[in-house]
Amino acid sequence: MSLFTLSLALVFVGVAIVLSSGLKLGLEKDIVIAAVRSTIQLLIIGYVLSFIFSADSPVFMIVMVMLIIGAASQNIIKRKHNIPGLAWRVVVTLVTIEAVSMLFLLGLQIIPPSPRYVITFSGMIVGSSMVIANLFLNRLKAEVQTRKEEVQVVLALGGTSRQAMQPILKGAIRASMIPTIDSTKTMGLVQLPGMMTGQIIGGADPIEAVRFQLVIVFSLLATAALTSIILGRLAYPALFNEYEQLNYKE
Amino acid sequence: MSKFYENGEGKETVLQQITAKVPAGSIVTLVGPSGSGKSTILSLCNLLITPDGGRVIVEGKEVRDWNVHELRRHVGLAFQMGTMLLGTVKDNLLLAARLHQLETEATERIMQYVGLSEGMLARQADELSGGQKQRVALARTLVNRPSILLLDEVTSALDPAAARGIEELIIKIHNDRQNTILWVTHDLEQAKRVGDFTWLLAEGRLVEQADTASFFSQPKEPFTRRFLKGELSEEAAR
Ligand SMILES: Nc1ncnc2c1ncn2[C@@H]1O[C@H](COP(=O)(O)OP(=O)(O)O)[C@@H](O)[C@H]1O
Ligand SMILES: [Mg+2]
Repeated sequence: MSLFTLSLALVFVGVAIVLSSGLKLGLEKDIVIAAVRSTIQLLIIGYVLSFIFSADSPVFMIVMVMLIIGAASQNIIKRKHNIPGLAWRVVVTLVTIEAVSMLFLLGLQIIPPSPRYVITFSGMIVGSSMVIANLFLNRLKAEVQTRKEEVQVVLALGGTSRQAMQPILKGAIRASMIPTIDSTKTMGLVQLPGMMTGQIIGGADPIEAVRFQLVIVFSLLATAALTSIILGRLAYPALFNEYEQLNYKE
Repeated sequence: MSKFYENGEGKETVLQQITAKVPAGSIVTLVGPSGSGKSTILSLCNLLITPDGGRVIVEGKEVRDWNVHELRRHVGLAFQMGTMLLGTVKDNLLLAARLHQLETEATERIMQYVGLSEGMLARQADELSGGQKQRVALARTLVNRPSILLLDEVTSALDPAAARGIEELIIKIHNDRQNTILWVTHDLEQAKRVGDFTWLLAEGRLVEQADTASFFSQPKEPFTRRFLKGELSEEAAR
């Protein structure tokens, strides 16, 4: 696609701006910022990826994966989840997710160990982990607030913080997995997943594209569960002190 | 002991150098306007909160020197609302047994002891009335066989008949097991009926402590006299 053709797509942005100002939505500035940012970010990543793919060096590949994990962690940490020491817990979770899924995908030779595959799969897996982690932490926070008395009942009976948190963790893990499971159920009916669409447009055989997509879908299901379980296991002790007292600040 | 809380403007003193002793096997009733720090005292006794100054001694040992789980099994706490966990009455009743892998007597016997019918065991706990919940909550605490009981306004959310029922149940428990009881109540008549000793707490200070009979018949402090006339609880409620 030529740059000229690409610039024609700006017409869509123009339509959005006209609609926003016509309906007095006041979103014109945000639309312009969004368009500019996405253009710059995607162009940069395009050049970076094409450089890394041609260099074909594991060093660049690893740096790139670390950047992905760093950006995703930053996205989770900057939301005010009010959990002390959340940063390292999030990084450990995402690193574990990445390590486990790569071990599996590369170990079973489902994908070849080249930057082209490793980086794209890592992006999708870590990105989905990030969404799950945010869902999980929001839900955990809400449940601890509304079910504080139940936690106190278990603690007052001499139960451990782990025993007191078990039902809440279970609830939060479930809640964080449901959107992933739901979207998996409708996949192919409602939306065609982005990666598959891209491959098909790029000229790949649709059957082949579907196979790759299924690999992604299955690994996302597994990482959804793993993310919440690992993060839950790491995060809940931060809500308690040495005397098994709940000290969560709203 | 003392307790502070950090709030917006700095430290808020909730308890100021309270010194008091609950004699083993006795019932101490703790009264005072709301917000005076009664619940805070109870939470300090089973280390649900930590004192900021001073010490809390339970059976000769400072609470922080106890194994916290053993301390809390030994010092049972019943909350005002009788909060039930999700699940059946039986799940709630056997909670402590499950937490600590204890052998318990038959659930039917426990139910009978606290005045509930066996048939209720399979019901969802949140469907019970306030009084029934409070009975299950007490039974749930008793499974740990605590030698000390902390009661936080366990009858104040109940209608008079249910409140009286719970009060009688607690007295029965006390007579059968000789527990030491620290009983927070807003009901002065109740404090008079059940207490061996009574303490009055106001704004984080222990204003008066005496045996219950003299507390009510010959209060020493002018503040206590005003409180007993009901002048002060109104003030605090506002
Ligand atoms: N977790 C807390 N954080 C800050 N302040 C608290 C907390 N718990 C209680 N307080 C304050 O401590 C004071 C005493 O509370 P409490 O012991 O519950 O009183 P009472 O049981 O006599 O009504 C109140 O002013 C209350 O606002
Ligand atoms: Mg209270």
